[in-house]
Amino acid sequence: MPESKEARELVLRIAEIIIGELKLEEITPETFDPDMDLVDELGVDSMDLATVALVLQDEYGVFIDEDDYPTLKTVRLIAEYLSAKMAAGKNA
Amino acid sequence: MQTVSTLLSGEWYERYRAISRLNMRSSIYDVTNRCNLRCKGCFFFSSDEHTAAPEETDIGRWEAFVEKEQARGVNLAILIGGEPTLYLDRVAAFYKRLPTYCATNGLIKIPRDRFPDMMVGISLWGDEEDEKLLRGKDAFSISSKNYAGDPYTYYLYTITPRQLGRTERVIKRIDDAGLKVHMQLLSNDEGVEGFSWTPSQLADIRAEMDAMLAQYPRTVISCRYYHEVITTGRMLGRPFGWNECPSVTEPLDTRDPRPKRLIRFIRWAADLQTMHRCCTSATRDCRTCKDGAAHMSWVMVNKRDHLRSTEDLQNWIEVYEMFAKLYKFLPW
Repeated sequence: MPESKEARELVLRIAEIIIGELKLEEITPETFDPDMDLVDELGVDSMDLATVALVLQDEYGVFIDEDDYPTLKTVRLIAEYLSAKMAAGKNA
Repeated sequence: MQTVSTLLSGEWYERYRAISRLNMRSSIYDVTNRCNLRCKGCFFFSSDEHTAAPEETDIGRWEAFVEKEQARGVNLAILIGGEPTLYLDRVAAFYKRLPTYCATNGLIKIPRDRFPDMMVGISLWGDEEDEKLLRGKDAFSISSKNYAGDPYTYYLYTITPRQLGRTERVIKRIDDAGLKVHMQLLSNDEGVEGFSWTPSQLADIRAEMDAMLAQYPRTVISCRYYHEVITTGRMLGRPFGWNECPSVTEPLDTRDPRPKRLIRFIRWAADLQTMHRCCTSATRDCRTCKDGAAHMSWVMVNKRDHLRSTEDLQNWIEVYEMFAKLYKFLPW
């Protein structure tokens, strides 16, 4: 199924936040591979993830449990996680 | 952009993947304020930390405390003191619930029927001459008999400036006892004459540590990058100090900007309520601190800064592996 515009925008925004918070160079949201493993390829650690999670929490109004960090392996998985949380929030 | 796989080839990449999700979360616990030695230069006594808080004596409270620590996400308990082996019930409260490392002077033999695979680190302050001068007795002659051949024990050899040119004999004796050794440097908290490092001594001991690692690779748990960082006090051009240290108790860490640090790290006093500032003495000058674990952790929490070259990232991997081996997250 093709990716929706909203989903693509969410992926780009998460990539932008990661690039900004981790001060990554030579990469843009558009060139950021959403399926790249953040730990195995970018060397992200749990403190990095906590930093990114705080920004995402503020921006999207959802709580990101630290126990969920191991599942947030890629930008796409983070986007799916946030989408599910936001949908659950709307339906609550 | 540099990524892990563009920097590392097959074997190194697999080594990276083996450690990248270990997610070690340590905290340090003073098991008691008492010790059966009084060593010159021991930060615990020289900074009066043994009087900072009374001891909790109710073993039920120790057990409940450890369970709270587990719930807080700690997955490695590092027991120090005082001398933890004076209170084995308190040690057991940790060991039954968490991966546990127990620091000891080795004078009391930990019963292996009760603690079969607990990691034990025996402190060693040089050869017989230095140990008698700094600790009042040759502790090695007792500890090496107590723990000979023990697969879960290693010596934490605190090298003093007077050990220059004399470390091989110490390493050889440890090797002969069938034990492993990890090296760190004395910080000389009590300013004992002749035991403070000069820059040229630090350069010389670095070369000697490298030589010991090359000569006794199965006995020495270490790596050359760790030797570089601990002897120069520098990593990637940055000096170690208060603004960089990763081992500050998290709730007491008011630094701004906050550096990369150990998540959820706390050093607890033996009343199970008081927190100490950091993994070592709060009276120590951070610029001259030579604490081995703090320097290892400093490297470990700065992983992405090591993604600037293949050599830097390989150095980071070796330090991380060394730490993981010292606490048995990886086999020796």
